[in-house]
Amino acid sequence: MSTIENISQNNQKGRTLFDKVWDAHVVATVEDGPTQLYIDRHLCHEVTSPQAFAGLRERGIKVFRPNQTILTADHNIPTMGQDKPIRDEVSRFQVDTLARNAKDFGLTYYGLKNTKNGIVHVIGPENGYTQPGMTIVCGDSHTSTHGAFGAIAFGIGTSEVEMVLSSQCVLQTRPKTMRINFEGKLNEGVSSKDMALYMIWKLTMGGATGYFVEYAGEAIRNLSMEERMTLCNLSIEMGARGGLIAPDDTTFNYLKDREFAPKGEKWDEALAYWKTLKSDDEAAFDKEITFDASEIKQMITYGTNPGMGMPIDDTIPTLEEIEPSGKISFEKSLNYMGFKAGEKLEGKSIDYVFLGSCTNGRIEDFRIFTNYIKGKKKANNVTAWLVPGSWQVRKQIKEEGLDKVLEDAGFELREPGCSACLAMNDDKVPAGMYAVSTSNRNFEGRQGQGARTILASPLVAAAAAVNGKITIP
Amino acid sequence: MEKFITITSTYVPLPIENVDTDQIIPARFLKATTRDGFGDNLFADWRYDKEGKPKADFILNNSTYSGEVLVAGKNFGSGSSREHAAWAIGGYGFKVVVSSFFADIFRNNALNNGILPVVVSDSFLAELFESSNVNPQSTVTVNLIEQTITNNETGKSESFEINSYKKDCLLRGLDDIDFLLSNKDKIEEYERNRPYTY
Ligand code: SF4
Repeated sequence: MSTIENISQNNQKGRTLFDKVWDAHVVATVEDGPTQLYIDRHLCHEVTSPQAFAGLRERGIKVFRPNQTILTADHNIPTMGQDKPIRDEVSRFQVDTLARNAKDFGLTYYGLKNTKNGIVHVIGPENGYTQPGMTIVCGDSHTSTHGAFGAIAFGIGTSEVEMVLSSQCVLQTRPKTMRINFEGKLNEGVSSKDMALYMIWKLTMGGATGYFVEYAGEAIRNLSMEERMTLCNLSIEMGARGGLIAPDDTTFNYLKDREFAPKGEKWDEALAYWKTLKSDDEAAFDKEITFDASEIKQMITYGTNPGMGMPIDDTIPTLEEIEPSGKISFEKSLNYMGFKAGEKLEGKSIDYVFLGSCTNGRIEDFRIFTNYIKGKKKANNVTAWLVPGSWQVRKQIKEEGLDKVLEDAGFELREPGCSACLAMNDDKVPAGMYAVSTSNRNFEGRQGQGARTILASPLVAAAAAVNGKITIP
Repeated sequence: MEKFITITSTYVPLPIENVDTDQIIPARFLKATTRDGFGDNLFADWRYDKEGKPKADFILNNSTYSGEVLVAGKNFGSGSSREHAAWAIGGYGFKVVVSSFFADIFRNNALNNGILPVVVSDSFLAELFESSNVNPQSTVTVNLIEQTITNNETGKSESFEINSYKKDCLLRGLDDIDFLLSNKDKIEEYERNRPYTY
C-alpha cells in the first residue's frame, strides 16, 4: 500500500469525476456554510421516512418534485409468507404508514407483492433508475452502492429526507476527495467483497472520514457492475461519505434497455454526456492510495466492526499489536465474539449463514453461491437464510434453475428484503451463535441481540454452509 | 428547535471508542413513526439486561454521573445514517456530545436536531475522563458564541469548530428546512438552467 497526501493543492488544471458531478448540482453556496445541492433521485423506505412525512404535514406543505422520489418496503418485512399480512404489529404499522404516505403525497410505491419491490439499493440499479452523473440520496447509509455507476450517492438522515421531499435539495459540506487505486489483477476466487474488507482493514473504519472516494485502476475496470456495487456499498464502512467509479462500457451495457434508462435519441444524448464523466489526467485528489490487487486474499472479520478483518488463514492480532487507546474496545469486541487474541479462526464451527443484503444479494452472488454448493450438501449444524435482494433477483434465480440446485443441497430460498442484515424482522441470529454473513456490518447486536457476525464474500459463505465451519473455499 | 447559547453542566463519561449507531439505538427500536420516546432506549443493550432491568455497571445507571453533556471516546456515531441515534441522545436530555472524532453523518444529524457535537483534542478528552474519575461532579462549560469548551476542574479551555451557518441556526433555533423553503426561487432557476437534465 502506498499513500500520497495533498498532492499539489494549487493544481487546478483538471477536475475529478466527483468535482464534475458535484459542480453540476450546486444550486447555491451558503457563505461559510454548506452547499445547497440539487438531488436527482430520492429513494425512500419505511424506517427512516415516517417522521419526515409527518414534518411535511406539520408544515402544511406538499412534496416539491413527486416524480423524483420512489418508495419501497424492505427493512422490516418478513422473508416468508409476504402474501399474508405482516404478523409483527409495529412492522405492519410502519409499512402501512409508508403506503399511506405514498398515496397522500402522490408518490410511486413498490410495496409488498409488487414485482419491483426489493431492497432499495438493489431495485434502483436493476431498473435503470440509477444513472451516471446523478445525485442520489436515501435515508440509508449504504446508498453509496449507487456510486458504482459514477453517481454521487450518499445516505442521509430523516431531517434531510424531509429537506429533499420539501425542496429537492440537501445542504452538504463539500467532502475532500480521495482516489483508491487497485492495480494489477485479483486472484482466482477473490471477490470485490474481499477487496472491500481488505481495504477497510488497511485503512481502518474511520480511515476515509470526510472523504468521497473514487475507485480506479486495472482491477476496478475488470469488475462487473454487480461487483462494483458491492465495493461502493462498503465505502461507508471506512467512514467515507460515498464511493464512486467512472462509468465505462461495463456501465453502459448494464444500463441499456433497463426500464428507466433513456431510450432512442435520448440514450445517445445521455451516452455522450456520460462519457465525459471521468477524472481528468491532471486532476488532483486530496489523498491518493494504491493497493496491489494481487496481494488480496479471501477475507473474514473476527471483531465487531468491518475494519476488524483478516485473511481467512491469518490469526487475530495479539493485544501487543493494538494501540494503547484501542485496547479496551479490542478486548470488549473479542469478548463479545467469544474469540481470543492471537487465535486462528479457520476450522471454527459456525451456526448460521446469511446470503443476502444490498451488499451481496444480487443475481451474481446467488450464482457464485450455487455454483459452489452444487452437488454438495448443507452441513447439518448450519441454518442458512438465502434472501434475494429483490423480486427480480428471485425471479431470475428461478429462471436459471438455481433454486433447484439449492433445494437439492438442502437449502431453501426465501423472499426478498433486508432480513438478517439488520434483523428488524424475524430473521434474528440467536445470542451467542456464529453467523457467516455476506452483509455489511458485524456490529454488536446487528443481526440479533448477542449475535456474533463474521462478514465474508458469497463464496466464503457457501464454503461455510457446506462445511459447517470457516474454511477456505 | 430550542435556541442554544451556553451550557455549564456536569457530564457523563463514556470512554469507549467507535461507539456505533447500533449501540446508541439498537435496530429493534426503530419501528416508531414519531420522533418521541427514543431516549428511553438510548444504549439499550448496554443499559438493560435481558429482563429489561438496568445493568448496575453501565454509566447511565450510575446516579453519581449525570448532566446535559455526554463525553465519549474517539469516532463516536459511526455506522448507520439513522437519525434515531440523534433523537435518542436528544431525547435522553443530552444537548452536547464531546469526542475527539465524530462520524460525518452523525455530526450532521446531531446538528439538525439542535445537539452540538464538540470536537476536542485527544489530550483534552483524556483529561475530561480523568477529571470525572477524580470528581464525578466535575463540570464543563460550552460556549457556542465564543466557540469554546472549558474543563472547569482544570480550568483548561479549547476552541472548537463550527461553520457560521450552523452556528447561526443553533443560536436562532432555526432548521435547514426553514432555510430551504425560503429559497425556492433559486431552486427553480437551477432547474431551468442546469447543465444536464435527467
Ligand atoms: S440490506 Fe442492510 S444495509 Fe442494505 S438497505 Fe437493507 S438494512 Fe440497509
